[in-house]
Amino acid sequence: MKQPFLVSDKWYDIRDLSNLSNEILHQVDRALPGEAAYILSPLLGFVFVFLLFVLPTQLYLGVLGERKIIGRMQSRYGPNRTGKFGVLQPIADAAKLLTKEALTPRYADKTIMYLAPVLFVMPAVMVWAVIPFGPEMIIADIPNSLVYYLAVSSVPTLVIFMGGWSHNNKYSLFGAIRIVAMGVSYEVPLVMALLGVVVMTGSLSLNGIVFWQDAFDIWLVALQPLAFAIFFICVSAELNRTPVDIAEAESELGSGYLTEYSGMKWGLFYGMDIAYALAASALGATIFFGGWSFFGLQDWVPSWLFFIGKLYAFYFLFIWTRGTLPRLRIDQLMAFCWKYLFPLALFNLFIVATERVIWTDGLDGEKGFVYIFAAANILATIVLVVTWARFLGYRPENQTTKPRLVNEAGGYVPVTPASGEGR
Amino acid sequence: MDGAGPTLAFWALSAVTLVAAGGVLVSRNLLHAVLFLILSFVGIAGFFLLLSAEFLAMAQVVIYVGAIAVLVLFAVLLTPAVGRDNGETRFIAPALLLSVALAAVFIFVIHDTTWNTVDEDPRATVESLGTALLGRWVLPFEIASVLLTAALVGAIMLVRSPEEEAEDGLA
Repeated sequence: MKQPFLVSDKWYDIRDLSNLSNEILHQVDRALPGEAAYILSPLLGFVFVFLLFVLPTQLYLGVLGERKIIGRMQSRYGPNRTGKFGVLQPIADAAKLLTKEALTPRYADKTIMYLAPVLFVMPAVMVWAVIPFGPEMIIADIPNSLVYYLAVSSVPTLVIFMGGWSHNNKYSLFGAIRIVAMGVSYEVPLVMALLGVVVMTGSLSLNGIVFWQDAFDIWLVALQPLAFAIFFICVSAELNRTPVDIAEAESELGSGYLTEYSGMKWGLFYGMDIAYALAASALGATIFFGGWSFFGLQDWVPSWLFFIGKLYAFYFLFIWTRGTLPRLRIDQLMAFCWKYLFPLALFNLFIVATERVIWTDGLDGEKGFVYIFAAANILATIVLVVTWARFLGYRPENQTTKPRLVNEAGGYVPVTPASGEGR
Repeated sequence: MDGAGPTLAFWALSAVTLVAAGGVLVSRNLLHAVLFLILSFVGIAGFFLLLSAEFLAMAQVVIYVGAIAVLVLFAVLLTPAVGRDNGETRFIAPALLLSVALAAVFIFVIHDTTWNTVDEDPRATVESLGTALLGRWVLPFEIASVLLTAALVGAIMLVRSPEEEAEDGLA
């Protein structure tokens, strides 16, 4: 069953990446003796993923885009000296990092310290194997790809711990313990939220979830807004990005687990942080924003264009939260996870399971009811978020008004005492 | 298993798993022992993959590498005597006895069981696993859940300080 690489005769329509890699492996199997194909296939996958996705999009565009956009958000220019508009900045950074002196503390555990950045890169490349760029454009189309993603993305937490512990530095160890505590805590609501998606679509495969959204002409962000909110918060916590980056909180811990890393070892951690953020954006775009589908338009335009567009739109959300929100404290984060996100995720799962049972048993899986569920879920999300916050004692009307600079007054306006005692 | 590839993978995985398991015993540093333990978990996930039980392999990584190993790390770090590392203890004789007895039981059972071999792909999909767990095996599944919950509650009760108990009026 030999299939062409191209779906149509247009040169840009390389939809069938898995066929291409299969074809190469078949040729190798025929040409080379023995089991060379077994050894070649992981190498091929690594080269495909690293050269096609990781290097150009993550280490280059990701680094540059993040610095530029955050700079603009904070009323700075961002990098603009190297090359036109600073486009060569990532290359200059890499050259600087490679030539930098790599310091190692005397009492550090050197093996683990050198191993951690290497192990940190591996999952960042591995997760891209299951991300669908098109109906056929996946490197490995396995039936449980969502579980695969979760399994692989649980490894970096451990690697960061290794890195932080090996330095024999108390700030690094604090950072390491924090990331482990946060990873374990935030994994629970994250998986609960994704479980709601799985219950609704009845598929553990990322491609299957996209096909479901395509068939029902709805994005899951409309059908399950609560799951999306929980997913977004939990993923930013697991990725250790700025509103919740207490593991490297430079105002408290030096830079946490990265304190003693220098040179390219630090560079790998920095670059791969962005790589993980992009991989998480890919997961979010696939699950909640329809992946490669765009309401039937993907038959006319290459579907990977939609996917990459959605990926970067999602990544922009990450940059936006990073550029605008202040950092939280560790106790706030833990309380938020266990008292707020976890019960909400349970409510969400309950609602979705109820809807699914009603839908399949009572309504025979009629397509139109999805939109009714979507409207009901949006309403339920607003009600749940507000009531659970008030139940936990959050009263925005009792908070004192913040002092702010007002243009008309031309300066500082003192706090006006509001009704009540404040918090 | 056919062809040299799976055989090669089997021996490589066996080597990794056994060396890692040995490393857990030999290494003096407790943290190194935990990391070796994680490596042997990953090797076992590889064995599941070789047996075309992909879901079990992923569950192995999620649960053992992602959750249990992390909890073990926590337990090691919060142990007051961690600085003593993997030194000699007075429990070395009973531990040896117990492990030899356990190994004897395992070897006996493995040797004595008549193993069913299946020629075709076993098709252990998530659906079939889920129906089995919530259908035929629902009682053992629920008993295991209750046991784990009881263990959780017990652990919380054990580590509560007297002040906290007095606060709740339980003491």
